[in-house]
Amino acid sequence: MSTYSLSDGLASGAPRLSRAPLLATWLRESGVGVLASVAWIAFGLSCLWWDDVGDWSRTHSLGIAAFVIAAVALFGTVGADYLGSAGKALHQRAPWLVALGAFLTLWEVATAKFAWLPLPFFPPPQSIIEVYTDDLPKLLDSVFASVKLQLGGYLIGATVGFLTGVSIGWSRAVGYWVHPVLRFIGPLPATAWLPIAFFTFPSSWSASTFLIALATGFPVTVLTWSGVASVSNAYYDVARTLGAKPSFLVLKVAIPAALPHVFVGLFMGLGSSFAVLVVAEMIGVKAGLGWYLQWAQGWAAYANMYAALIVMSLLCSGAITLLFAIRDRLLVWQKGTVKW
Amino acid sequence: MVATVALAEVATGAALDIEQVSHAFDIDGAELPVLSDVSIAVEPGEFVALLGPSGCGKSTLLRLVAGLDKPKAGTLREDEARITRPHPSRVVVFQDPTLFPWRSVWDNVALGLEAQGILKSQRQRVDDALDLVGLSSFRNAYPHQLSGGMAQRVALARALVNDPKILILDEPLGKLDSLTRITMQAELVSLWQRKGFTTLLVTHDAEEALVLANRVIVFSDRPARVKADIRVDRRYPRHRGDPYLADLRRQILGLLGLDATW
Ligand SMILES: Nc1ncnc2c1ncn2[C@@H]1O[C@H](COP(=O)(O)OP(=O)(O)OP(=O)(O)O)[C@@H](O)[C@H]1O
Ligand SMILES: [Mg+2]
Repeated sequence: MSTYSLSDGLASGAPRLSRAPLLATWLRESGVGVLASVAWIAFGLSCLWWDDVGDWSRTHSLGIAAFVIAAVALFGTVGADYLGSAGKALHQRAPWLVALGAFLTLWEVATAKFAWLPLPFFPPPQSIIEVYTDDLPKLLDSVFASVKLQLGGYLIGATVGFLTGVSIGWSRAVGYWVHPVLRFIGPLPATAWLPIAFFTFPSSWSASTFLIALATGFPVTVLTWSGVASVSNAYYDVARTLGAKPSFLVLKVAIPAALPHVFVGLFMGLGSSFAVLVVAEMIGVKAGLGWYLQWAQGWAAYANMYAALIVMSLLCSGAITLLFAIRDRLLVWQKGTVKW
Repeated sequence: MVATVALAEVATGAALDIEQVSHAFDIDGAELPVLSDVSIAVEPGEFVALLGPSGCGKSTLLRLVAGLDKPKAGTLREDEARITRPHPSRVVVFQDPTLFPWRSVWDNVALGLEAQGILKSQRQRVDDALDLVGLSSFRNAYPHQLSGGMAQRVALARALVNDPKILILDEPLGKLDSLTRITMQAELVSLWQRKGFTTLLVTHDAEEALVLANRVIVFSDRPARVKADIRVDRRYPRHRGDPYLADLRRQILGLLGLDATW
């Protein structure tokens, strides 16, 4: 209803203000992009205008970088028509660019310039950038160690969990033995095993791998199992009348039908294994982002902590995104049957 | 004999003997008798329609013929051999299409050949079966993208691709609109005449039974007993307005307890 009156007004007003609608459309299309550019210019200025209250070496470069981003946002917006999908992507993210620019400006002013926030605990953006440039090798080592540990443990846990889930979902005998064990041990947080694991396993690395696998394995097992158990008998009937052998029933009926459940388990396992990874690295393993965090805290290097935290969250969300991409590929058939 | 005229031209179908079969289900400890002393001898290549009130046990009988369940009493034989388990020579089109949602239409139809490990050399059969039900252009669609009638046609193709000796149909045309339904009935008859498989068709439509089948078996209310075994001696293609069929139809509806209205 309101759209009617709006477009009516526009149409009737068009002859008198012939250029206004054009400007209005342009502003609607590109206004946010321009605003993003303004926000980043503000951030750049906030870096360079005042003197720092502390001693940070990257302030100047950060200001320049902010101007570069502002310029990219501006030209990307003005020239969006020539940039194809890149222009479209920028247009889509423009509101976020505005918010980010504003936030960084505020952060810069509140820390480096006027120290409204207590200083060692709230480092300015340039000191975090400084960590990435000056402490890069150590940070990369930590990332590498964490990814290696996480990937190994997760793959082992997911594989074992999946196989166990399928077996107990399929075979009564296996279910009889495994189900009570699962009931008894499964709900225990994997971190509770930490002290035992660290002195029973030959190395802290193998202990952590075991714990991560455990944290992953439990949800994957339970959900695979419930997925296999909830497959409708009608599917088996169809397959059996068409001459399917038991192996076909497992591989081509039970597993594909259970796959949506399996992925729920994989997502849950990923979440809980991250927790175990960080704790294990903080306590036992002398490498990885968890250890880096611990180390930074010991030296009261708060900028390093924030820097590591940001990397960690990028890695975690990257892993989740990757898992989503795999799921979307394997479960295309679900598109349209359920809400994603 | 007149009866042989109506039979399929090349009988590659199997004989089916249902001998004094009774069956019951346990529901909360109480026994629910569903089939009571059912005996039907089906000749190779015969087209038998099963009619009966809803819930009387028709689908249950089909499951026994398929070998999915064992009867409480009595025996079922396919060409003298006792039926103890499912076999691809007896293929069922279930009341519900139950397509596998994670497989495309083509892969659903290919299911039987894949399960028997002969898909690689026989891919053409899948294409042919899809052609037959007129869904070639939907080969890559997923089941949720099909209409109810299309899904049932895919289920039919999935059964036919296996070249069964006994084709077991549980209201396979129930969800089709009347036009597609008439076309599919004609398809079914010509297919049956060409291939000569034995057919068991459950339907709730007396007219459909009479247009398609050599024999119409009418069941009583649950527990199902054979109430009447009616031969339909008419050449194909049959005419819906045929007074002989109309007469039989009246007779069948009478057996189903609808004589007052018809
Ligand atoms: N697995 C089962 N467990 C318990 N009872 C069952 C089971 N399957 C069927 N029944 C019962 O057996 C009876 C016959 O069922 P069936 O499906 O054979 O009927 P039908 O003749 O095919 O009916 P319709 O024409 O409505 O499909 C019903 O009363 C039903 O409740
Ligand atoms: Mg039924």
